[in-house]
Amino acid sequence: MNQRLPIMVRLAPWLFTIALLVIWEASVYIFKIPTFFLPPPTAVAKAFYDYWWPIYNNSLFTLSTTLIGFALAVGFGLLLGLVIGWSRTIYAGIYPLMIGFNAIPKVAVVPILVLWFGIGFVPAVLTAFLISFFPIVVNVATGLATIEPELEDVLKALGASKLDIMRKVGIPRSLPYFFGSLKVAITLAFVGSVISESIASNYGIGNLMLQAQAQFQVPLIFAGLVALAIEGIVMYWAMAVLERRMTGWAQRSGFAQG
Amino acid sequence: MTAFVDLAAVSHMYGGGSGTLAVDDLTLSIGRGEFAAVVGPSGCGKSTLMKLATGLQFPFKGTVAVAGKKVSQPVKIAGMAFQAPTLLPWRTTLENLLLPLEIVQPHRSELRRKRKQYVERAENLLASVGLGGQSEKYPWQLSGGMQMRASLCRALIHEPQLLMLDEPFGALDAFTREELWCVIRDLHATRQITVVLVTHDLREAVFLADRIFVMSARPGKIIAERKVELVRPRELEITFQNEFQGIVQELRDHIVKARQ
Ligand SMILES: Nc1ncnc2c1ncn2[C@@H]1O[C@H](COP(=O)(O)OP(=O)(O)OP(=O)(O)O)[C@@H](O)[C@H]1O
Ligand SMILES: [Mg+2]
Repeated sequence: MNQRLPIMVRLAPWLFTIALLVIWEASVYIFKIPTFFLPPPTAVAKAFYDYWWPIYNNSLFTLSTTLIGFALAVGFGLLLGLVIGWSRTIYAGIYPLMIGFNAIPKVAVVPILVLWFGIGFVPAVLTAFLISFFPIVVNVATGLATIEPELEDVLKALGASKLDIMRKVGIPRSLPYFFGSLKVAITLAFVGSVISESIASNYGIGNLMLQAQAQFQVPLIFAGLVALAIEGIVMYWAMAVLERRMTGWAQRSGFAQG
Repeated sequence: MTAFVDLAAVSHMYGGGSGTLAVDDLTLSIGRGEFAAVVGPSGCGKSTLMKLATGLQFPFKGTVAVAGKKVSQPVKIAGMAFQAPTLLPWRTTLENLLLPLEIVQPHRSELRRKRKQYVERAENLLASVGLGGQSEKYPWQLSGGMQMRASLCRALIHEPQLLMLDEPFGALDAFTREELWCVIRDLHATRQITVVLVTHDLREAVFLADRIFVMSARPGKIIAERKVELVRPRELEITFQNEFQGIVQELRDHIVKARQ
């Protein structure tokens, strides 16, 4: 589909990005904005180049805490979603708890995690996990809860057990919901790990930016932001590709593809 | 004729005794190989009757027996089709047809060994309803009428002795509907299965059925029973005959009375 787009449409994202950078650079010069307030893109690029090694290392750290937290969220979220979708009683019992838990801003949990596990790797992973499992649970449970009752009747009349219905209908049905939720979850996990790093860690991009701020290295702060943006985009894109791969049947309408 | 489906003085309510009655003192019996139709005002308990007869619901009073056995669990000798085709969008038509075989015994344990044979059976069934060559298509690549045909095939793939149809053609246009009447008519004639058809369409009931049961408004019970003795095989032309239209008129009067 992409190939058939007119050349202008395909170039548009690049053109707009370049235009933004040019305008940014020009305004800094024209309005004489001091570098410690808003560094021009060239200064950010230079900081990126000068500090590429710490940026690279800390990016890897942030990436690993995010991905581990995310992996935990996927495993746990899938399991809890299936359990909740399985039983009305469990659903009724757990749902209010989950809502309450989800309502807590996760920044507020970080100090407790630090109290339990010390600063650094573990609280970052756990914050990423805590902040990102909720959408996965809700989506999986929704997929299971929306099985057509008629279809359930057809299968039950054949002697299908609840497990059969789950395996043949429930789980395949909830997969598009599940993969759709991964895009949201990975973004949230990223937010979680960066928050935790900024508050309580000696590593990670969040921490790097905090230190740069303390030393007034404003271009480096912005270079950290750029590193985060790149990581975020790559992870989101990976999940979007995964979703398209796994659930092609659910995206049959031109509307969804457009 | 011995009863194949037998409901004796059956009462049922949803929600475990707190609700109001859905059917009350319902008695009917359908012979083996018979084509029975059930008509009645909306909400009178026709779908409930289907669920009772297939063991998806159990009555709090009266007894339900199918093939001479009291129903105490889902009867596995039945196939069902509803107004919505409910095909699984991630499976091809063929895979949708094989779904019941993945569940019902003894096919379930033999599926791997006899797969080729089952696929052949599915292809033949599809061909017999005019869906030959469509088996690799996904449901959303089929028209509404074709989906309904596939859904019928799914209900028949495990060669049930009892076919339960709950307003199967409600969502289709008049021409497609009449085409499918003929499909059902031929399936019934060649397989000699017992069919129970719930419908709102009185012409459909008269065209297809050997016997028609009219239900009262909720809580439903049988208020009239009409044998249809039009000779088989019936062609669509008979729907214009006086005898046919007389029966339709008679049924209409019953329903009008039932709604009051
Ligand atoms: N799952 C359910 N829970 C509670 N009440 C139900 C349920 N299903 C049906 N009922 C009630 O039982 C009565 C009979 O319902 P049923 O679905 O059997 O009617 P019906 O004759 O099939 O109607 P229609 O012609 O509109 O399909 C209705 O009044 C309905 O409100
Ligand atoms: Mg109904």
